[in-house]
Amino acid sequence: MTNTYRNFGIVVQHNEEDFVDILEERRLSSDLGFAFRTFSPQPYKGGPPCTGVELHRAVMDSQYLRYVTKEVAAETGSSEQEVREEVCGILKEMSQNLQLPFIRLMGYIFTKVFKRLFSAIFVNMEGLSAVSSVQRRLSEQLPSIQHGKNLQQAAQEHPVILMPNHRSYVDFLVISYILFSYDIPVPVIAAGIRLAGVKIIGEILRRSGAFYIRRAIRSDKLYWAVLSEYVQTIVRKGFAPLEFYIEGYRSRTLKSLPPKLGMMQMVLEPFFKSEVYDITLLPISISYDRVLEESLLAQELLGFPKPRESIMGLLKASRVLQESYGSMHVNFGRPLSVRQLCEGKINRCYYNLTPRDLPQKPSPEAQACVSWLAHLMVRLQEDGSLIRPWSLMSCLLLQVPASVLAEEGLPWQQLTDKTLWLRKLALDFGAHLNWPEHISDLDVMSSTVALHRTVVHRKAGRVYLVREGEPERRRPVSPEEGLMRTATAALMLASYRNQCLHVFTRPAMLAAAVSVTRSTQRDELLAYFCFLQDVFSNEFVFIPGRCSQDFEEACSLLKKCGAVHVSQHDVTFSESGLEVLSFLQELLKPFIDSYLLMFRYLCEEADHIFIEKQFLQAVRTWATSLILSGELHTYEALSSNIQKNVLSALQRLGAVMRMKTSENNEYKVNKAAVRRAADTLLGKMRPQSLQAAPDARL
Amino acid sequence: MASNSSDRQRVAQHRLRIITGHLQRPADGDADIQAAECKAQETKPNVASSEGRTMPRRRQEIMKWNGWGYSDSKFLYNKKGQAEFTGKRYKLSGLIIPALKDWMEGTFGASLQHKTPATPILNTSAVQPPTLNEAFVDEIKSTGIPFSHDPEDRVFRAHGHCLHEIFALREGKIGRVPDMVIWPSCHNDVVKIVELACKHNVCLIPFGGGTSVSSALECPPEETRTIVSLDTSQMNRILWIDEKNLTAHVEAGIIGQDLERLLNESGYCTGHEPDSMEFSSLGGWVATRASGMKKNIYGNIEDLVVHVKMVTPRGVIEKGCQGPRMSTGPDIHHFIMGSEGTLGVVTEVTMKIRPIPEYQKYGSVVFPNFEQGVACLREVARQRCAPASIRLMDNEQFQFGHALKPQVSSIFTSFLDGLKKFYITKFKGFDSNRLCVATLLFEGDREKVLQHEKQVYDIAAKFGGLAAGEDNGQRGYMLTFVIAYLRDLGMDYYVIGESFETSVPWDRVLDICRNVKARIVRECKDKGVQFPPLSTCRVTQTYDAGACVYFYFAFNYRGLSDPVHVYEQVEHAAREEILANGGSLSHHHGVGKLRKEWMRETVSDVGLGMIKSVKDYVDPNNIFGNRNLL
Repeated sequence: MTNTYRNFGIVVQHNEEDFVDILEERRLSSDLGFAFRTFSPQPYKGGPPCTGVELHRAVMDSQYLRYVTKEVAAETGSSEQEVREEVCGILKEMSQNLQLPFIRLMGYIFTKVFKRLFSAIFVNMEGLSAVSSVQRRLSEQLPSIQHGKNLQQAAQEHPVILMPNHRSYVDFLVISYILFSYDIPVPVIAAGIRLAGVKIIGEILRRSGAFYIRRAIRSDKLYWAVLSEYVQTIVRKGFAPLEFYIEGYRSRTLKSLPPKLGMMQMVLEPFFKSEVYDITLLPISISYDRVLEESLLAQELLGFPKPRESIMGLLKASRVLQESYGSMHVNFGRPLSVRQLCEGKINRCYYNLTPRDLPQKPSPEAQACVSWLAHLMVRLQEDGSLIRPWSLMSCLLLQVPASVLAEEGLPWQQLTDKTLWLRKLALDFGAHLNWPEHISDLDVMSSTVALHRTVVHRKAGRVYLVREGEPERRRPVSPEEGLMRTATAALMLASYRNQCLHVFTRPAMLAAAVSVTRSTQRDELLAYFCFLQDVFSNEFVFIPGRCSQDFEEACSLLKKCGAVHVSQHDVTFSESGLEVLSFLQELLKPFIDSYLLMFRYLCEEADHIFIEKQFLQAVRTWATSLILSGELHTYEALSSNIQKNVLSALQRLGAVMRMKTSENNEYKVNKAAVRRAADTLLGKMRPQSLQAAPDARL
Repeated sequence: MASNSSDRQRVAQHRLRIITGHLQRPADGDADIQAAECKAQETKPNVASSEGRTMPRRRQEIMKWNGWGYSDSKFLYNKKGQAEFTGKRYKLSGLIIPALKDWMEGTFGASLQHKTPATPILNTSAVQPPTLNEAFVDEIKSTGIPFSHDPEDRVFRAHGHCLHEIFALREGKIGRVPDMVIWPSCHNDVVKIVELACKHNVCLIPFGGGTSVSSALECPPEETRTIVSLDTSQMNRILWIDEKNLTAHVEAGIIGQDLERLLNESGYCTGHEPDSMEFSSLGGWVATRASGMKKNIYGNIEDLVVHVKMVTPRGVIEKGCQGPRMSTGPDIHHFIMGSEGTLGVVTEVTMKIRPIPEYQKYGSVVFPNFEQGVACLREVARQRCAPASIRLMDNEQFQFGHALKPQVSSIFTSFLDGLKKFYITKFKGFDSNRLCVATLLFEGDREKVLQHEKQVYDIAAKFGGLAAGEDNGQRGYMLTFVIAYLRDLGMDYYVIGESFETSVPWDRVLDICRNVKARIVRECKDKGVQFPPLSTCRVTQTYDAGACVYFYFAFNYRGLSDPVHVYEQVEHAAREEILANGGSLSHHHGVGKLRKEWMRETVSDVGLGMIKSVKDYVDPNNIFGNRNLL
């Protein structure tokens, strides 16, 4: 089966590949033997490796940092020497110190841990190791975006950027672990600074290739410059692949996050400046049957503080080792050439008339290109992730009101029938399913439910939502407490639903457009569709400027499954498409309802100026009361993630302004504009063309 | 007095040997050089005759009509399958080059079994009959200036040495050619010709050495007027030498080797030695802004020229004095230099001359890798201590240079070679697939040369460089002159290629070298070339603010239906890459018609407008209609 990424405006041949369980071999042979295996990766262009110290020196000596040091010294009034020392300090805090012995140590520990946690770690071999030479020669003659190259070959020719999604702490070193197993240079990895603070672990990770980045650094000129030079030096030298999370951080909702552009800009700049011939981008999709942190994530979304990363935390978390988490898939995408992707989009002559070391703003076209590429990468990650039966079942379970699901349950038969129906729909929409073929469908679903017994349990032919901690609690619980317990489970379900949401997003938005606008006219549907994209662009990932293509894609997918008829001016739903239509509408409903709720809150309840923290709390309380009163059916309005997204969306729509002077995130609201947005979302108003400001954050 | 003149004689002889050293066989027993020496005794400098001049009117008598250089000199594979260079003119002449075959097979996948021989003789019936402007011809006849409609003469002047031009000739394909060739023998002849051309509206294309690599000599196919090729080769006298000011006034048709030889006889030289100096002409250098190998001492053509006379449709343009520098508005010389035959014909040039240097020494340095080599050249430029010439070859060219080593005569030499290799690769730990070589040429007083040499070697040592002997250096320069012959050999065996150049700021040298080479490889692959191409470069000149970089690119075209088109696409892509990397459109080859599509971005709209308005004023009827530049 082949699938092309035609929808992204580029053509990438994508072959369905065989996954191999890398743990299988580990279970058969000695872990120590594995840790001490001969590790002989092919070096980059035959060039010498670069130690942490050499890297450090190259960065310190760079002309760019010299310029910035001078500038900062002049601005702050301190001496250049002082600024240089500061730079040195930042670098020390940041630097990785990749050492093979620590990779071996990591190899040993991870083998132990992985074997206990997962039944299998599946990796697509073809993305990694050498394809046969005949095949290579054939594919090299095809002038397509990729040349039959895999990671092993690509790593020898151009700097490689590994771009995995981030769903769990476990992701962090799994790529290094796999590369170590297959004789590919292990990467240096961008990590959040908080990990560095963890005693011992921080240092071990550093020596396994992690380098640490502070949060919220946009305004810190010096820090930004040091980081930028550090990253660019790594890319220029190319001695090791660079791994970073384009989404910025671990997705609490298991949904793809809109990409952060700062790091992407830094990574691509050496190409824009012609300092390297090409850069290879490699999207990697990691997907889990069951995520280790599932309940922690849900609680964090509900406003319980996230436990700090610490040794103690790790030890406490060791109880997770007792449980089973099914399998994990690591899908290495096809290497993409930045040079080919940027053809016609970037004029590298931009740098001809000023020294390339001079601090300068990237050109508008470069910014646009970075944004496009970043979004593209996230979409490719989505495309490459494998969708579990559980994810489909979560979609369906969420369409039953949570309280009903918790108390009355859902007939098993109904769930399985519907899941099988949904499986077909997902396949029609081009999803990559991980649905075991050698066992019966019923068994697949039963074992799936068994694996997720923390969320649902099956009793007497019905499936019930698990309320956390139920058996132990004896004292009567308050309605609010009860609601929170249901909410935890509901948000966990939502997270698993999110894993497959990208498959349905576009058709679902079209379905919403049909039901809200009650129109069949293409233009009207498209206008509402684009409005939804604007509103939801923090919620779902859309490649900027491809709204009408996305619309076309939605039309063609729905047409494919027989749900709509598409003509030149009209899109009409067919009778047989009703089931699809209502499923898709329901899928998007929690988001629309939550947004409407918060729009209403801002119009009716909020002050003109409010602080983010207050807003989150107030919305939560308000939503709680509405859920209890039966006015609101979705628990997702309680999620801090959605709440923050609403703020971002309103900022983008110009309805909410962030006050520049404030330190604690004060916002000013334009109630009329919020009302307009709400009315448009409800279909009471035609969407006006909205100016989406470029979103350039780290 | 007598001793004085014999001193000078000796210096001249010595100089001759040096200058012909990298061109020719050792002077002893070489009739050509003997003759020149005799003449030097007899002739006074200001009464130069045209005897002993290299370039006859019928050039095809001594030169190939469809390849590079002299007819008697070429590479071929002898019956034993060994490569050999024929003739007597060059050091390499008559020698076996044992490693060349393996190198060609290894580098290109070429084989002796697959030949692509050229059409041996020009099929004159393939040449279009001339369209002649009879009135013009009649008036020319009355002036007595020699001219010809002979197809061979016309075909010879219809091309330069771009790959597509030579490839077509080898296949016997002839496009638009000049309708007539005319040989003025002095400035006044040119004035007459230009006047008549204007009067009868015929198109004039000046022709000097014919070594253009920018399609500058191609006749525009859309030209309907009579095209007259104005061959300057017979305007080849040194009119006077001014020993007080160290200048010489020379007719612009003189070719480099003659100019140098004649000046040498008087104890002088210009020091201007472009790689094409055996054939290219003084007028051509001026018209294309040429650059010489030893520009570090003598300067490029713009530094050498003191006074220029050019005949244009508007009349003769020249300065009124010979002041060494003037502040008199824009320098009119800069309208002339680089005009590429679009404004008029350069007829006479006064240029600087220097006494022949007392001492000359070659040298070479091996670096562990190209990066170190570039760093060293940059440092040399920073300290402004560049020798007469300093060039850095990359690893591929280093290997290529090795392949061109002639058969060694004694076991001892081959033993020494082996020892050297062992020392560098094993003892010093250089990777033979990464190391690269810089070749050096020092000139001047013996003492200063030695001092200078030490300074440069000291800098090189800081960048890990090891002195690698004079032989390697000298061979490097010798290769410059025979490499053009080598292309003809390649074309006999399915290999086509060319070189092109650029200039670039120092900080971009490494990036441009890497990226352009990689782009060539990538494009070849994409365009369906079945064998990996040769894609190599060298840094050939250093400046305060940058360097000149030369790229060589060749591939085996077996299996391609339209190899020239593929070649052109790749070269086009390579030029795009050069520009994207901050390189210039050309350092010294010029624009011609090959690169004019990039002129606008190179000089801006206004710049282009300026050039255009000069053209419109000087030549409103486009008499000089070769359509270069604009």
